[in-house]
Amino acid sequence: MEAIDCTVQWKQETGVLRMTSASTTVLPFEEPVRELERQIESLEARDDAADIAEEITSLRDSRNSLLQKIYGNLSAWDIVRIARHPERPQTPDYIHMICRDFRELHGDRQYGDDRSILTGLGRIGPFKVLIVGHQKGRTTEERIACNFGCAHPEGYRKALKKMKLAEKYGLPIVTLIDTPGAYPGVQAEERGQAEAIAVNLKEMSRMNTPILSVVIGEGGSGGALGIGVADRVDMLQYAWYSVISPEGCAAILWKEANEATNSAAAESLCLTARDNLANGLVDQVVTEPVGGAHRDPSAAGEALERHIVDQLRELTRFNPRTLVDRRYEKFRKIGAVSTS
Amino acid sequence: MAEATQRSWTDVEAGTPTGKKPVPEGLWLRCPDCGAILFRRSLENNQQVCPECAHHFRLPAMDRIRLLVDPGSFVAIDESLQSQDPLEFVDLKSYADRLEATMAKTGTNEAVHCGTGFIKGRKVILAVMDFTFLGGSMGSVVGEKIVRAVEAASSEDLPLIVVSASGGARMMESGFSLMQMAKTSAALARFDEMGGLYISVLTDPTTGGVTASFAMLGDVILAEPKALIGFAGPRVIQQTIRQDLPDGFQRSEFLMQCGFLDRVVDRRDLRSEISSLIDYAGK
Ligand SMILES: [Zn+2]
Repeated sequence: MEAIDCTVQWKQETGVLRMTSASTTVLPFEEPVRELERQIESLEARDDAADIAEEITSLRDSRNSLLQKIYGNLSAWDIVRIARHPERPQTPDYIHMICRDFRELHGDRQYGDDRSILTGLGRIGPFKVLIVGHQKGRTTEERIACNFGCAHPEGYRKALKKMKLAEKYGLPIVTLIDTPGAYPGVQAEERGQAEAIAVNLKEMSRMNTPILSVVIGEGGSGGALGIGVADRVDMLQYAWYSVISPEGCAAILWKEANEATNSAAAESLCLTARDNLANGLVDQVVTEPVGGAHRDPSAAGEALERHIVDQLRELTRFNPRTLVDRRYEKFRKIGAVSTS
Repeated sequence: MAEATQRSWTDVEAGTPTGKKPVPEGLWLRCPDCGAILFRRSLENNQQVCPECAHHFRLPAMDRIRLLVDPGSFVAIDESLQSQDPLEFVDLKSYADRLEATMAKTGTNEAVHCGTGFIKGRKVILAVMDFTFLGGSMGSVVGEKIVRAVEAASSEDLPLIVVSASGGARMMESGFSLMQMAKTSAALARFDEMGGLYISVLTDPTTGGVTASFAMLGDVILAEPKALIGFAGPRVIQQTIRQDLPDGFQRSEFLMQCGFLDRVVDRRDLRSEISSLIDYAGK
């Protein structure tokens, strides 16, 4: 598998990150907004644009209020599509935006260097941290190299290896979760996908250093949880987190995956940030820019940076032993049981 | 453990139907592996293992417990725990209806049964999963019962034996199910730190969230012959890679070759294997 260095990706992605106009991929429910944007663009392109400034301003206002209205009224399935938006910022984008002096650390020292999970040291605000995040890739070539963000066992083992370094140096760990799920393949099974994830769950639960996890896009099942046993688990506003993807759930419980059943499954799975917060499964929802992170990546980056700095300030006040105890209790109490 | 209703094994045996037999009814049946026509009674006398080819038929939890422990020694704990259906989940049917139907059919409350018992005179904490209860899926109750079993083993310093049989996490409890993976693994980390002995026994099938949490965390991991064991199910893998899967893929013997389990053990030897391991660990 061809290795793509993270820094190369950043350069390629600079264009995407700096782009402030409307995104190029338009989700079905965003169509009316796109239509207004087209009108605005064509008016702005006219020679007499100055004379019709008022008209343009009023169109912009209606565009903004329409966007607000649409995004205030999204279904769970809409949110899944936003979480998968091709221009939504991904781990390397956030690292680029919020992290100084980033030093990627490669490889699990056993098998290889899984590009689906990116690990490295960096500075966020006043903190030196270890960052662990899923990497989906953006160009076709990158996406293939990154297996579309679906990690193999060596990815989880790399993450653990680097987390142990962080523990040794007393560095807080920040994990950015964004995966459809751990890779279901022959080699992944041969190399012990289940064992790799299980060991991460066990070891993260007793890691003597602060851990903050943020679901930035897709939180697909065990593949997400494999880097998600943390002191705090937070979600970006339009991320999803669930035991299975809506399509997987629809295929099994509704017997087929199509637009209607995917949408019903997404609803039933309570996978949105808001639902997960209400169910006590995550600690906080980080608000995204109006219209989602893909419309304004730098604003999303600022929000995430602020959030990480605030949370690390809290977490680093505890001694590591206390954190481990609290982390244990946090997961120990999750469950809805009654006695007959 | 406060709300635990305790019943002796004999009560369980007398008062509770053992649920849907994985072996079809009738005096005679055909072994799905070698095709031999088997007299049901001879299969039962052979621990549901085909006398011709040693094919291991699936076992409901209660039968498994009876085969594993010294007669009359099992005392169930936490049998009354039930799912609360926290998401009021509905697909084509409601989860509440599914639970009710499964409970009626199996005569049990959940997909794992825990308790204390003796194996060749050695006291153990035993947790046995039941594939006949919603595919042995792990929701809040399975996670909670496994953790309570770990805690009981910790506080009494007893060996912990978990026999897994599961299709994975229970979708109908979504995030609650997922978090049981973290919860059980965290409990096992603590048990490990205090020097506890945990023997994980994998039976057909053990896949998904159960494999990717407590099932793969045994100090010693045993498996019955030819059990399907994996993270992703073979159908999902096939759909992903669009190729035929290699022969014996994800079976016990394959996993042992790949280095992910210690021993493949015939069901009829399981009691002596476990008791020997307990002795080696000095528990
Ligand atoms: Zn046979």
